[in-house]
Amino acid sequence: MNQPASLWALSIQFAQMLLVLGLAPLLTGLVRKTKARIQRRQGPPLLQPYRDLRRLLNKESVLAENASWLFQVAPYLIFSFTWVAAALVPTFATGLMFGWTGDLLAISGLLGAARFFQTLAGMDIGTSFGGIGSSRESMFATLAEPATIMIVFCVALIAGSTQLSTIADYMASGAAGLRVSLALALIALAIVTLAENARIPVDNPATHLELTMVHEAMVLEYSGRHLAMIDLASHLKLLLYISLIGCLFFPFGIARMGGGPVAYLMGLGLYLAKLAAGAVLLGAFEMCIAKMRVFRVPNFVGAAFMLGLLGVLLLFVSRGM
Amino acid sequence: MGHCSPRAGPTDWPGAEDMGHQPEMIEPTAWCIAALLALSALSVCLPRRHGAIYAAATLVCLALLWCGATSLAAPVSGLKLPLGLPVTGVTLSLDPLAAAFLIPIGLGGAGACLYAIGYGQHEAEPARVVPFVPLFIAAMTLAVLAADAFVFLFAWELMSLASWALVLARHREDGNIHAAFVYLVMAVFSGLTLLLAFGLLAGTEGGFTFGAIRAARPTGGTAALVFVLATIGAGAKAGLVPLHVWLPLAHPAAPSHVSALMSGVMTKVAVYGFIRIVFDLAGPPVWWEAAIVLALGGATAALGALHALMERDLKRLLAYSTIENIGIVFIGLGLAMAFQSNGFTPGAVLALTAALFHALNHTVFKSLLFFGAGAVLHGAGTRDIGRLGGLIHRMPWTHAAMLTGCAAISALPPLNGFVSEWMTFQAILLRPDLPQWGLKIMIPVDGALLALTAALAAACFVRMHGIAFLGRPRSEPAATAHETDAWSTAAMALFAALCLVLGLVPGIAVDGLAPVVSSLLGERLPPQLGDKWLSLIPISASRSSYNGLLVFLFLASSTMIVVALAHRFGSSATRRAPAWDCGFPDPRPETQYTAESFSQPIRRVFGALVFRTRETVDMPAPGEMRAGGIVRYSRDLAWDGIYTPIATYVGIVSTRLNTIQFLTIRRYLTFVFLSLVALLLALALWQ
Amino acid sequence: MTGISFDISHMLAGFLVLLSFLMLYQVRLPPLLNVLAAHAFALSLSVAWQAHTQDAPHLYITAAIALLFKAILVPWVLRRMVVRMGIHREIENVVGIGLTMLAAMALVALSLEFMLPLTAKADPVVREDIALALSVVLIGLLLMVTRRNAVSQVVGFMSLENGINLAATGARGMPLVVEISVAFSVLIAFIVIGVFLFRIRERFDSVDVGTLHMFRGGRQ
Repeated sequence: MNQPASLWALSIQFAQMLLVLGLAPLLTGLVRKTKARIQRRQGPPLLQPYRDLRRLLNKESVLAENASWLFQVAPYLIFSFTWVAAALVPTFATGLMFGWTGDLLAISGLLGAARFFQTLAGMDIGTSFGGIGSSRESMFATLAEPATIMIVFCVALIAGSTQLSTIADYMASGAAGLRVSLALALIALAIVTLAENARIPVDNPATHLELTMVHEAMVLEYSGRHLAMIDLASHLKLLLYISLIGCLFFPFGIARMGGGPVAYLMGLGLYLAKLAAGAVLLGAFEMCIAKMRVFRVPNFVGAAFMLGLLGVLLLFVSRGM
Repeated sequence: MGHCSPRAGPTDWPGAEDMGHQPEMIEPTAWCIAALLALSALSVCLPRRHGAIYAAATLVCLALLWCGATSLAAPVSGLKLPLGLPVTGVTLSLDPLAAAFLIPIGLGGAGACLYAIGYGQHEAEPARVVPFVPLFIAAMTLAVLAADAFVFLFAWELMSLASWALVLARHREDGNIHAAFVYLVMAVFSGLTLLLAFGLLAGTEGGFTFGAIRAARPTGGTAALVFVLATIGAGAKAGLVPLHVWLPLAHPAAPSHVSALMSGVMTKVAVYGFIRIVFDLAGPPVWWEAAIVLALGGATAALGALHALMERDLKRLLAYSTIENIGIVFIGLGLAMAFQSNGFTPGAVLALTAALFHALNHTVFKSLLFFGAGAVLHGAGTRDIGRLGGLIHRMPWTHAAMLTGCAAISALPPLNGFVSEWMTFQAILLRPDLPQWGLKIMIPVDGALLALTAALAAACFVRMHGIAFLGRPRSEPAATAHETDAWSTAAMALFAALCLVLGLVPGIAVDGLAPVVSSLLGERLPPQLGDKWLSLIPISASRSSYNGLLVFLFLASSTMIVVALAHRFGSSATRRAPAWDCGFPDPRPETQYTAESFSQPIRRVFGALVFRTRETVDMPAPGEMRAGGIVRYSRDLAWDGIYTPIATYVGIVSTRLNTIQFLTIRRYLTFVFLSLVALLLALALWQ
Repeated sequence: MTGISFDISHMLAGFLVLLSFLMLYQVRLPPLLNVLAAHAFALSLSVAWQAHTQDAPHLYITAAIALLFKAILVPWVLRRMVVRMGIHREIENVVGIGLTMLAAMALVALSLEFMLPLTAKADPVVREDIALALSVVLIGLLLMVTRRNAVSQVVGFMSLENGINLAATGARGMPLVVEISVAFSVLIAFIVIGVFLFRIRERFDSVDVGTLHMFRGGRQ
């Protein structure tokens, strides 16, 4: 790699890291706004998540008396695991400087690590709510994680790589065509996105009603800057998943390595449009469906796993599916 | 059926005359075995110097580790000792495969002995433990070095017996005698099947050295029978479902450092036995053998993880998790067999490397976790995680080590468990065009099972760690627990560091294992070290790559940046207050989630199928003064479906045959005579 | 190996088989012991001949052991025992002699049928020797099975051991260690059996092993 190209890749990498960090709260704001508008409410302004974060950062952090060091460190770890994972997903341009650091499986692993610390932090204080949240989150994860891996299998088998840049290039080139297994993978990824981001019908991000909450139950004891970190991490995670859907299944317009500034600008614009579309669709979907009972969720997420497995089996049996 | 690649390495044993300048490590290794045996004898003579014995054993194990590491890439070296049977003698050889398994033995042995310098002081009856530990390690080393069937089987049985004695060390505790009995039965069974397998391998000519066996590989039905027998024999020792039932009984019964040895090292010797027979001695595998191994591996991994998730006993949980990891190793081996049988060597190379790497990783983190379990058992006096809690405050070092171990075994980046599972996934994703439908279905299904296993294992270790170390103490001993001694802490810290190092620079292990793989399959992975920032690139950079070091650097730097920014631009004030708990904090520790309640959702999802779980509310009758509760029934289908019927039939048959116990001497002789004549007749006719 | 030495070694081995048949034929104990002595003597001759032809001096030791212990000492001690116990006039066997002999014939046929194809590649002397040795072993077992008296069972055992020795010396390269250990184990077995015989005799006034059976616990 020659000097200017590598500098360019490096700058793309850092631009993307800052971009995802900056956009993430806005995405959540957009989802909330959509839901409010469908409900004929004014809703909070789009920038409300930023204000919430600032407010939380400026407050003192109240720790339970028996909180351990793990409880205090976990929010930062959760955040950085999610951020590094998000940095590896090509958003508006492929050819990231550090794209080869980790592939799709590594991204799944990083998110798994974030969840590991999140569930542990939920159990640190020793309250019943923390336990309930961690326990249910673990149950969802036991189905959502394999479903993610199956989706990774589907796209990786088609593109012949687990490297996101390569996959995005391959998908954007149109060589993949329309395939049954890809459709299955897309549905599965949509389900996993709902489950992993604690959206309706799996979990309700807006409620603190004890029996319906999973994610919120785990973070119940957090406050101040720790809570800000966790909130930011969950915004990032939503952005990551929508970017992932965009990059894997709708990669048109993504800027390739060596494209001119116009290509990059176009890529960026299209990326923003994709994000907005994703957020609006998510908000609309959430308004159309009711939250499930906890023990119906395994069927829902299990369906994603089964769809993914079906896609992989089709791919192993026939190359054209 | 594809061609099989020509083998290098072991085939030319022992004709590797041109050792040249390479030092021969076989003799130092044999001396290490002798030293361990001497230590074992010495510990009987010096009943008070356990610390010194363990310290010496640690050094010998380190020497073993060094021998293994230096002879990975060295040519095969052989040694013939004038011991044992007069005609055959004792044939030892150190080839790359043996060297690869010397590493877990040396590493695990050194760790366990270092840990035992401190931990062994708490032993009530040290004379029941100390002499057998060096003997056990020596037997495992001998099994790996053996180059003829006699030595191998002798070492195998010695390994079983030494570990059996260790399982029985605490024979006064409930259930340990039963555990030892079940273990002995399974060990004898395993030894028997291996004996038969080697009998078939040696053939009618009776060539019992591995060189002779390789020269005349069995074919057709004999090869199939050898494979089945070897899978049963080695699988029973490794803990493959459904031969796993002894493992969760026996491994926890032993003292913790021995549990670490049994789980971390002995199962690897079993894996070694499997690889040695199936890949090396019995010749190139056939596709249906691969399908069987894949099915067994997948089932073992998933069932082991599910069982571990339901378990309350800390050490039994770890034992079940060992079963799970053995399943993962066997998935890798099955993939390698599937690819090799179809002549797709690059895939076989990747899968075998992944399996060997995972075996090594498992030695590291399972030893670490058993050390931690021992520390908890000593510090808090119980293995029941339902009675623990809040140990993070009382045992900070143990907690930190266990956290690393839990994260590593849950396959989280950037630690080592992730890398080997990642490589296994990459091997699955290679998807060559395999002609057999059995493999076409089995490989993706194993991929799904592996993914499920990884998720279940993560849930299991979150549960274990969260219940035992976090929250509030659930019992008095847990509230007054104390940290363990310095030796044990040192052992744990070393192994935790190893988890990190192997995760950050996996190229060390992958490059180290390359000669082993190439000795078995004829090809190797491209060199990993020295490439672009120590990335792991198994096939090509555009296909897949992973760089643990960079992931770690990113994580560390982004964590530091965000901490700095949050404290710089936000408030850094902290206040301690009672827990919030939605406004109703209850100080009683019983209000916390318990081990059972944590796993209840998962039990409900998977349990009905796998464990036949039923939950009933146990409601006292009106006026009865006892607490109500939920009673949970679950069963192990392996026991119900296989072992209980077998035990019943054995009982029936032995009742029937009881009359044979009451014959005259002459009638017994008649039996012997008649069976001899019948065998001779059969042989004469068969010829 | 020249023709004559070949024939001699064959003849000696065949002689052992013949003596085994003779043992089966004997119904009283003193003549049986005489045949045992002759059997062992034939063995020692055969071993000595092998030592000569194979040029293996350590086999002379084996021959000496056979002569000293098996041909002289053991029959002598057994005869004294028989006389002391007063059973030298007893006649006993379970199956008729004719039938036993027929069975023995079948055994010799079986061992030849079994051994000769198996050792097709081996030295002819070894082949025949091993086949005949196997017959001796089988006939020894047959003797043990068909006799009720403990002393005749001991005789059967000793002749069986002679067969093993014959096979061992026929096959070249059997180390002395193995032979000596076999000899020792037989000696020890002999001592143990002898002591037991007297114990049984003291207690039940008979050495018929059928009598012992009545004293076993449990079901019949």
